Amino acid sequence: MTIATPLPDAELPKPRLDYPPLLVLPVLALLALPLVGSFPTWVTLTVAGLAMGMMIFIMASGLTLVFGLMDVLNFGHGAFVSVGAFTATLVLLPMQGWMQADSVLMNLAVLGLAVALAMLVTGALGWAFERVIVMPVYGQHLKQILITMGGMIVAEQMIHVVWGPDQIPLPLPASFRGVILFGDAAVEKYRLIAVAVGLVVFAAMFLVLNRTKVGLLIRAGVENGEMVEALGYRIRRLFVGVFVAGSALAGLGGVLWGLYKETLTAAMGSDLMVLVFIVIIIGGLGSVGGCFIGALLVALLANYTGFLAPKIALASNILLMVAILLWRPQGLYPVAKR
Amino acid sequence: MLSLTGVHTHIGQYHILQGVDLTVPRGGLTVLLGRNGAGKTTALRTIMGLWHASRGALLFDGEDITRAATPDISCAGIAYVPENMGIFSDLTVRENLLLAARAGAPDAARLEWIFGFFPALKKFWNQAAGTLSGGQKQMLAIARAIVEPRKLLLVDEPTKGLAPAIIQSLIAAFRELKAMETTILLVEQNFSFVRSLGDTVAVMDDGRIVHSGPMAELAEDRNLQQKLLGLSLDAHQ
Repeated sequence: MTIATPLPDAELPKPRLDYPPLLVLPVLALLALPLVGSFPTWVTLTVAGLAMGMMIFIMASGLTLVFGLMDVLNFGHGAFVSVGAFTATLVLLPMQGWMQADSVLMNLAVLGLAVALAMLVTGALGWAFERVIVMPVYGQHLKQILITMGGMIVAEQMIHVVWGPDQIPLPLPASFRGVILFGDAAVEKYRLIAVAVGLVVFAAMFLVLNRTKVGLLIRAGVENGEMVEALGYRIRRLFVGVFVAGSALAGLGGVLWGLYKETLTAAMGSDLMVLVFIVIIIGGLGSVGGCFIGALLVALLANYTGFLAPKIALASNILLMVAILLWRPQGLYPVAKR
Repeated sequence: MLSLTGVHTHIGQYHILQGVDLTVPRGGLTVLLGRNGAGKTTALRTIMGLWHASRGALLFDGEDITRAATPDISCAGIAYVPENMGIFSDLTVRENLLLAARAGAPDAARLEWIFGFFPALKKFWNQAAGTLSGGQKQMLAIARAIVEPRKLLLVDEPTKGLAPAIIQSLIAAFRELKAMETTILLVEQNFSFVRSLGDTVAVMDDGRIVHSGPMAELAEDRNLQQKLLGLSLDAHQ
């Protein structure tokens, strides 16, 4: 069985960590420090940026996997953000007593229930959205854009029908209000909680993608779905699962964002989609790690420019995307494709 | 083991397979020859269900797989090594093989058997597959196809672009598989490689099988080689 001819098994170059995209974040933060001028203000802006970035990551992570796995451009993803936030009000508003009680446990219990309901409803909606709206247009990008945008408009109108056309105020739970002082720097408690939730979601996704067979299948499917099928796995089932999970995460993102803004509008999801698409393009389509870095970059830059030069704050993310794509045309962490 | 009867395949507006009749006997190595664009890769992809036949019938082990989905065809016992190898670059060697072992973790004894002719895979077990050399990637692609016993292997041009030393290791691997009576359908253009391995041969041209028979017959008949392939096998040794 042993072969006479020696095999070419000489040492290979060790795979190196692609660190330059990781350095962009601290470089951006450090560059902002002298421009902001005040260290406490810089800390406040940085934590606000990290919190915003984590929430955008939660909303965008499912969308980037959906695109990577099946080349589906879902412009209706924002609908899950809005529906998630509004669904949470079904628990949060009637239980305002628990929300405003001076008990962390009562606050967490009602918030946990609201998040669970929001994720359940948006997950189920995602399943229906994939079956009814996305499935008939696999492989047809133009139709995908048109029909998923149509789906989002219908979802927004349904929110108007159920909850009315007005904004809905959504106060934070009592124990999440206020600030924590780090020296002279004041950091809102809720922003720290958003950062913690974002880190937990990222860690969970990292573990699932790297330590489970389903995660291996998702990573392999993003790279070469056809080969995954040739190995005997049904990639469409996998895709439906990812679509449902991504929709549920968008619902979670919607609840977090709604509490962050303390106001809900039916268009909140569609308003966020520009940022979400910038994030997944910057990160590299299909890359969860890239999506995480991209979300933090976009949010930090938005906060710094919002403070330093509010007039260019809106354009800053487009400029960031242009700069990143000039540097790395496939995004920060491009996925190897078939 | 496998038979294609009057198989036609269209890709968009192109009519690639135009009535392919092919039989792959059980336990042997069948070689599919033909010039570029003859339809060899399309034939393998049609068998695998990656493109569906627009007409004709495909039977595998007595079952009709003409309209079957790719995962069902794979689960029926057909393994596929595509021309581009189809390895998952971002996954390690271990993870690539783990995915191919549908029944659970790969069998340790079978892995050792594979490492016997592909030792590089053991050495780079935890290395990202994308960092392997071209030859090592081909070894991984073949190892992935045989990490669990399969009834039929479809292998598309495994020697393409590989160094002679690696081709020798592939010959050893295919000989071992043949000795275990694994049925193989091999698409190849390297005549000296297939001449030493093939039991039967089929030649394709313009989407049809224009010749089929024992490999020895084609290897010994220079006129037939000239007629079917436009050159002599001897010129490629």
